[in-house]
Amino acid sequence: MPVKTDLIVPTDRGLWCEAGGFYIDPWRPVDLAVVTHAHADHATPGCGRYIASANTAALMRSRMSGIGEAHTPAFGEPLRLGATTVSLHPAGHVLGSSQVRVVPEEGPTWVVTGDYKVEPDPTCEPFEPVACDVLLTESTFGLPIYRWGDTLAVFDDLNAWWRSNADAGRTTVVLAYALGKAQRVLAGLDASIGPIGLRGALHGPTGVYQEAGIVLPDWIHANATNAPELKGRGLIVCPPSASGTAWIRKFRGKGGIRTAFVSGWMRVRGRRRWGSVDRGFVLSDHADWDGLIDTVRRTGAKRVGVTHGSSEALARYLAEREGVETFVVPTRYRGEGDEQDGVQGPGGAA
Amino acid sequence: MRRFTRLFLELDATTATGEKLAALEAYFRDAPPEDACWGLALLTGNRPKGAATTSVLRESVLEASGLPEWLLAECHAAVGDLSETIALLLPDGAGNADEPLHRTMGDRVLALVGASEDDKRRIIRDAWAVFGPAERLVYHKLIRGGFRLGVQKRLVTRALASVAGIEPDVMAHRLIGRIRPTAEAYAALMSPEQAADDAARPYPFFLAHPLEGNAAGLGAPGDWAAEWKWDGIRAQLIRRAGQTALWSRGEEPIAHQFPEIAAAAAGLLDGTVLDGEVLLWRGGRDGGPLGFAALQTRLNRKVAPTHQLDLFDETRAVLVAYDLLEQAGRDLRREPFEDRRAALEEVITALGDETIRLSPLLGASGWEELAAVQASARERGAEGLMLKHRRSVYGVGRTKPGDTPGWFKWKVDPYTVDAVLTAAQPGSGRRANLYTDYTFAVWDRTGEDAALVTFAKAYSGLEQDEIERLDRWIRSNTTAKRGPFRQVTPEQVFELGFEGLQASERHKSGIAVRFPRILRWRTDKPAAEADTLDTLRALLEAHRA
Ligand SMILES: [Zn+2]
Repeated sequence: MPVKTDLIVPTDRGLWCEAGGFYIDPWRPVDLAVVTHAHADHATPGCGRYIASANTAALMRSRMSGIGEAHTPAFGEPLRLGATTVSLHPAGHVLGSSQVRVVPEEGPTWVVTGDYKVEPDPTCEPFEPVACDVLLTESTFGLPIYRWGDTLAVFDDLNAWWRSNADAGRTTVVLAYALGKAQRVLAGLDASIGPIGLRGALHGPTGVYQEAGIVLPDWIHANATNAPELKGRGLIVCPPSASGTAWIRKFRGKGGIRTAFVSGWMRVRGRRRWGSVDRGFVLSDHADWDGLIDTVRRTGAKRVGVTHGSSEALARYLAEREGVETFVVPTRYRGEGDEQDGVQGPGGAA
Repeated sequence: MRRFTRLFLELDATTATGEKLAALEAYFRDAPPEDACWGLALLTGNRPKGAATTSVLRESVLEASGLPEWLLAECHAAVGDLSETIALLLPDGAGNADEPLHRTMGDRVLALVGASEDDKRRIIRDAWAVFGPAERLVYHKLIRGGFRLGVQKRLVTRALASVAGIEPDVMAHRLIGRIRPTAEAYAALMSPEQAADDAARPYPFFLAHPLEGNAAGLGAPGDWAAEWKWDGIRAQLIRRAGQTALWSRGEEPIAHQFPEIAAAAAGLLDGTVLDGEVLLWRGGRDGGPLGFAALQTRLNRKVAPTHQLDLFDETRAVLVAYDLLEQAGRDLRREPFEDRRAALEEVITALGDETIRLSPLLGASGWEELAAVQASARERGAEGLMLKHRRSVYGVGRTKPGDTPGWFKWKVDPYTVDAVLTAAQPGSGRRANLYTDYTFAVWDRTGEDAALVTFAKAYSGLEQDEIERLDRWIRSNTTAKRGPFRQVTPEQVFELGFEGLQASERHKSGIAVRFPRILRWRTDKPAAEADTLDTLRALLEAHRA
């Protein structure tokens, strides 16, 4: 159970730290917001002041208006907020994503992970476990059925599939969330196979990645002008919402079009069939089961709050098997409805 | 095992009939006979029974993964398929052996039958050590039972025929009964056509067009013969060379399911082919055809009843014949309908067996009187009327555009659509514990861009045993749950009837249908062959006209 006297408590606006006078990832405008990363279910416009990593702030500005004054400390740099000391630490989820460490003048140190993953990813700062007494961890994939394989093998499969499509005159379409997954996919593509096109919605965040020095292959705008070049041999990256639209059919090659969805949810067969995509590639920006358990161990936390996903199951397992005290932290996003990973799959059928 | 697993994944990944067919053909081309015979057995539902109990598998995965039992249950709920859940939970093995399917079936599946619990555990552990994750999933399905590949037997038949280089209907006839999973039986199945194959071969069925608009538009009523449009199984009864074959319109041999019809057919002369409708007919004074659901139950039964169990139940299967396609070995299809009809009446009268009876011609003074007869069709257990031009020949399939159709169907329920079940929720009151409120969709576009779009909800129309069967299916084929609402694998097809339709912006499909109800469960139709949004749009156009 969360306790009222806790340093950080869930409220109807988000996680609130009274001693520091700030919210973490609030979902309504507040005076002072510490933002872990630029995904829409974590970053809200209209707050008085923001504290976030420089890359997170840049990504927020590229995606939404109403982002006012922002203070952008370096990772690890201590910041005095009220009666607390706050620092950001890389979360490995997307570019700029941060965990938030909060040290009060007296009492246990807290770490809020935000979304995170532990696998290496050349498009963002690598995850660092942060020692603490109380850990608030996400649990999007908090069931042992979710275990990620070797990332490089996933990209080998993806590139081989693209190549076979191109050989047969088929256009390849990869559905990936606009911020984070799209750029990670881009970085893993073998650009010698054919041209790469990006849907307009991806240009903003991709530009921020490139300005931040992330190396990505050349890409072109997936539009009517470039359609002849992309047709039948190119690979188009677009958000799941573009699946099955008239827009995507403009790129159909002689041999047709093949669509893949790239997400941790693709680990389960039923999810692959869900949106009638041709292929599902298992690649997630969230920690898998082993990553979640391992992170709890490495932080040394004795109390663990679980949020965002399979909270009850992970909390119960940690209490039974890892001997830590656990509690479930409610969020506005219920159950598996984490839109960031496109839980509904392409097409978003009801 | 690896090749068969690939086939499983390919069939699982697509709803397109063309792609499924290509995957099947490639499999039967690649697999050596000693494996292909097992692949065929598994594809057609002849799987070995009693291999392993689910509890042994459960215990073994808990032991191998070290996870608590409640967490296995949580995972099962999230995945929806226990075989897959267990495959996902197992520690990654080094196993990557490519073992021939017949070896797997012998050493790891059949070996489980009658084995002790300890031996079962050992055999399963050994299999886990040998197989990669995808093979493990298929293996679990093989030993647990309930193994289904989501492919119709008709498609398997087509694939085998194409690989063997013989006609699909010849292959279908060879596939009647149980094929033993041996290389020899498989080789015989795939052998070139022989003279004996010809005897059972049916003609392509001639299909009717729906009557759009007014019957009076067809011209002089005297040019047309009218019959009831029966709600049964369209079938061709063939008697040649002392043998009988009964084919459904889906080109499935069904004689073994209707032995009473096959027995009656023995009285026909060699070289006779009848076209008609198989119906279950209730005897007695208030006799008449039973609904399609009753027939479906008979079709789904593995073994047909060989004798009447209840002396007072005079229900029996009959063939209501309405055309004669071959007489004394001569193809009559180019003869005009009225001549074929006259010959048919002679054949049926000469046979003198009620099991094979004539579909009566309905007399009427003109279109107006005929319309009144048509309106009473439901009371007679029929769906409407068939109108056949007296000079029409028996064509192939549907009449080509531009040609004058020879046959029209004039249905009471003018609007019907084959739709795919996509979701369900429990009913209320007495049916609160059953999933009885169904959501249906049709295809938006076909081919590789195909997607399902919801267009109707329906609550009624199924028989109680069908409701229960469907309820069980829904529970074990749920892909997502939201409150009481379950999304299911889009696999089951239903014929929906409705009284009218109109354009609607509130509906995702753009079309609202009035009083939809379920007419029948089309277990004979794969989801890929359900109707499209274009079908609905065409109905809307016709409705407006
Ligand atoms: Zn996120």
